[in-house]
Formats: sequence, structure tokens, C-alpha cells
Amino acid sequence: MEAYLVAMLVFAGFYALMALGLNVIWGLAGMVNLGLVGFFAVGAYASALLTTKLLWPMPLGWAAGALMAAAAGAVMALIVARLRGDYLAIVTLGFAEVIRLVASNEIWLTNGTDGISGIPGPWRGDVSPQGFNLIYLGIVWTAVAVVFVLLARLSHSPFGRVLRAIREDEDIAAVAGKPVLWFKVRAFTIGAAVLGGAGALYAHYNAYIAPDGFAPLLTIYIVLALTAGGVGAMRGAIIGALFVIALLESTRFLSAIIPGVSPVQKAALREGAIALSLILLLRFRPQGLIPEKTRTKAFP
Amino acid sequence: MIQDWRDIVQILLNGVMAGSVLMLPAIGFNCIFAVLRYPNFAIAGFATTGAFAGWVANAVYGWPIGLALPLAFLVAGLVSLLAEEAAFRPLRPAGPLTVAIASVAMTILLENIIRFSFGNDLRGYDLPILRDWRFDGIRVNPQQLQNTGYAIVAAGGLFLLLGFSRLGRAMRAVADNPVLADIKGVDPNRIARVAVFLGGGLAGCGGMLIGIDTSIDPLTGFRVVLSVFAAAVVGGLGSIPGAALGAMVVGVGEELAGVVLSPAYRTVTAFLAILLVLMFRPQGILGARN
Repeated sequence: MEAYLVAMLVFAGFYALMALGLNVIWGLAGMVNLGLVGFFAVGAYASALLTTKLLWPMPLGWAAGALMAAAAGAVMALIVARLRGDYLAIVTLGFAEVIRLVASNEIWLTNGTDGISGIPGPWRGDVSPQGFNLIYLGIVWTAVAVVFVLLARLSHSPFGRVLRAIREDEDIAAVAGKPVLWFKVRAFTIGAAVLGGAGALYAHYNAYIAPDGFAPLLTIYIVLALTAGGVGAMRGAIIGALFVIALLESTRFLSAIIPGVSPVQKAALREGAIALSLILLLRFRPQGLIPEKTRTKAFP
Repeated sequence: MIQDWRDIVQILLNGVMAGSVLMLPAIGFNCIFAVLRYPNFAIAGFATTGAFAGWVANAVYGWPIGLALPLAFLVAGLVSLLAEEAAFRPLRPAGPLTVAIASVAMTILLENIIRFSFGNDLRGYDLPILRDWRFDGIRVNPQQLQNTGYAIVAAGGLFLLLGFSRLGRAMRAVADNPVLADIKGVDPNRIARVAVFLGGGLAGCGGMLIGIDTSIDPLTGFRVVLSVFAAAVVGGLGSIPGAALGAMVVGVGEELAGVVLSPAYRTVTAFLAILLVLMFRPQGILGARN
């Protein structure tokens, strides 16, 4: 039971990091990212490949994972940021699928759908499995704390204020002399870097990654986390991540006690319940469980 | 790979046949976008819904394809209408991106309702196996050709409706300028419902035709969703003739890319097409408004 709780908290940390990354893009700059799992996957694969094939040390692999995702995010934002949000929604959704296809088909590099196994973890093997989980719990939540402090400062800096202004009304921000495109590209890049870093950390915890682990459902989890926690507020990302883990695990127990359903049906019930809760939350509590204080008009 | 003109004709032919099947969901996507101004990603879910509705009629109850296809249209259209009224309509004031996010969740919800009811197994329609026709070295699969015919009939029906009926004129008016249409006495909510029904229905037909071509499972719609968006964006978001033309471009482009790259990368080509169009002509081939 203790091992289970620790593992869940580690996952809550990954989700919190991803929600923080999404919050810069969506919460502050008001840009949609429906392919955030793609940036997560880029970070995971970059770090896994560099540490297993080129034997880079892990911290360098993590940094490289974040950088690669940031680069992908910058390119994507440069192409799409000047267009309306609908296009960004389509392009990011497509990006995540392309990453999954490449990971499934470039077998020489990624081992295809079999995935990469044997990804090193810090002190894995030197300590008991539970010890490793606890070490990783420390690493992930330290990362969450560092990213949280940095992003909270960013959000209250002049840079964050401009992003919020752009979110509320792009034209007014432009009239006030702010280079809107440049701000949006930077916000998207920062968010993608955090998503990639989360992916890198995930790869070294799990020791194994495969294209199946980067399905669009994960994007829904994170959007749900951020919506539940309150879009825009950094602490909302963390509260939301814990909420999603609690929801996911409670549906696991609930589906276990329903008699007469097959394992496939149980999985379908769980995934359906998550999707349904996002729809219901958007409908009945769009401001989240804890709304952002400075929000003015985004949800009339 | 390409040795003489026959190979080129073969690629073009295959591309047009693949494109005509993509055309229906792409038209559905643009039909909803034109009137409601949000990208409805649940198109993938509606396509899968239609594919399964048609499969039940055809493989379980023995209906011929020509009868099962209208049923796929009806069921997917009604599911689309239900999704709109229950989930998307109340979100419209919060902005198009909120609705877009909800529509991704809706696709996953529909996918899992189907998974719960039918499982993950691949299922095939009850069809006679037909031998390819050959004309001077060019192969044509009669079933694919028949699918192309069905797609053209469905798209043609929509064009006739939009071009020559009162309802179609009202729809074009709302798409063009909702405020002005409202002043002239067109009820925007009624038009929105018609667009959502037609869009979902066309996606359902497209999903069934895709299923006839291969087989179906709960991810049938999602697998082609990138090509469908590519068709919609290449042709011009919100433009219905654009979606038809875009689908042909994407169909032929994917077929060409299948020769050069590995066939698994067909949808990657679709994504590159989206990026290229957005870089150089964001309004698409036939889109004018922005």
C-alpha cells in the first residue's frame, strides 16, 4: 500500500509538471495546446536515447530532453502563432500524432512499438525498489517546486503581465506596443521545455517507454488537471494534478467492484469517465476549483 | 518505383479514390466550422460511430451497403446533434477553444462507449470479395470505386442542398455573416443544428466507407483524423468546396508520399501539408475569409 501511494505521488509530480508547462502556454498566453503529449514524448525519447545509446549522464539527458521539446515548440509557435487559435489546436493535435508515428516506425532509432527498455534511473539497483521510488519522489517534487517558483515569478513579472494582456485582448496588447508574436513564441517555448523535462523525468522513472504511453488521453488528463485546478494560477496546476490522480485511482477501484464486465470494458469505463468529467467540468465549473484572482473576462 | 505513365495514372487514381473517402468527414468538419466557427474534433468520434452503426446493420442484420450507409449517416448525425446540444452549445460563450477542447474529450468518450459495447477487435463488413479490374496494367478495385461513387453522391447531395434550397441559402448566409442573417429573420440556432447534423452525418458516412476499405475498431475515426484536418485546412477552413478539393490534394499527396517514403508515413505527409499551407497560404486553396 505504501509503495502504491509513493508511486501515485511520483505520477502526480509528472502530471503537475506537465500542467505547469501547459499553464504557461494556455493559462498565461491563452494559446491552446492539444498535443502536449507530443512534447512530453520528445523529452522522454531524447533523454532515453541519449542516456542509453550515447551513455550521456542522466542530468544532461534531462536537460537535452527539455531543450529538444523547447526547440520543437518554438518552431511550431513560429509557424502558427500569427494565426487564429483554431489552427494551433489542429497543428498541435497533429504534432502529437506525428511524434507517435515516428516513434512507432523509426525502428532503428526508437525500437518501434516494442519501445526502449533498460533506461537508467538514479541509484536504481543500488537501493531497494521502494528506496528508488522514494528517491525519485524527492527528485520529481523538487523539480515541481523549482519550476513552480520560477513560473510563479515569471507570471508576476512584466513578462507575465504582457502574456495575460495578450490572452485577454491581443489587439490591445499590440496597440500598447508589445511584440505579440515574439511574446507568444517565447511563452510556447518555455511551456514546451517544461513538458519535455517532465517527459525526460518520466522515462528514467519508468525505465521503459513505448509509443503507446503517449496517447492523446494523456493530453486530456493534463487539460483536466489544469481546468480543475484553475487555469492561469500556478498552484492550480499542482492541485489539479493531485485531483486527476485521485480521480484516476478512484475509478480504478470503482471499476474493480462492478461485476460482470471484462477488463477491456473496465478500461473503457475509466477512460470514458475521465473524458466525461472534463466535459462536465468545462460546463459547470470552468473557472476551476480555485479560480485565478487576476482573471477578468475570459469566462463571461 | 515509377517506371512509366501507367504508374503515375495508378497513383493518381488511387489518390483520388482515397481522397474521395476522406472528403466526407472533411466536408463535415468544414460544414460545422463554417456555421459555428470552432474546430469540432469530435468528427473522429462521429466517423467511428457511423462505421459501427453501418457495421451492425450490414454484418449483423444483413442490410446491403446501399441501405446501411444512410443509416450510418442518420445515427452519426443524431449523435453529433446530441453532443452539440448537451455538451458544446452551453460552452459556446466561453469561446471556440473551450469547445474545441471539449470536442477532443467527446471523441475519447465516444471511442470508449464503442469500446465498451464492441471491444477492441477488428471487425469487417459482410462484403463479396471482388477481383481487381485491370485496364492495360492499371488496377482498379471495384469496391473502392463503388465507395468513391457513394462519396460523390453524398457530397453532391450536400452541394445541391446548399446551392438550390432555401435552407441551403440560409446556411450560407449564416456562415457568411451571422448577424446580418439574424436580422433578416434566419434563426441561427436552427441553422446551427442543421449544420451539426449534416456535418456529423457526413463524417459517419465517411467512417463507414473507410471501414469498408479496411476494417473497423474503436480507433477507426481517430486514425484518419490528421488527413481529414489536412484536407480541411488545405482546402480552406470553413469552405465546403475547399474541403472536397483539399481531400483530393491530400489523397494524391499521401499516395505519392507512400511511393517515396514508407506507407506508414502517409499521415505525416498530411501534417506537412498542413504546415506548408499555414506558412504560405493560411486561408487554404479556396478559403477567402480570415
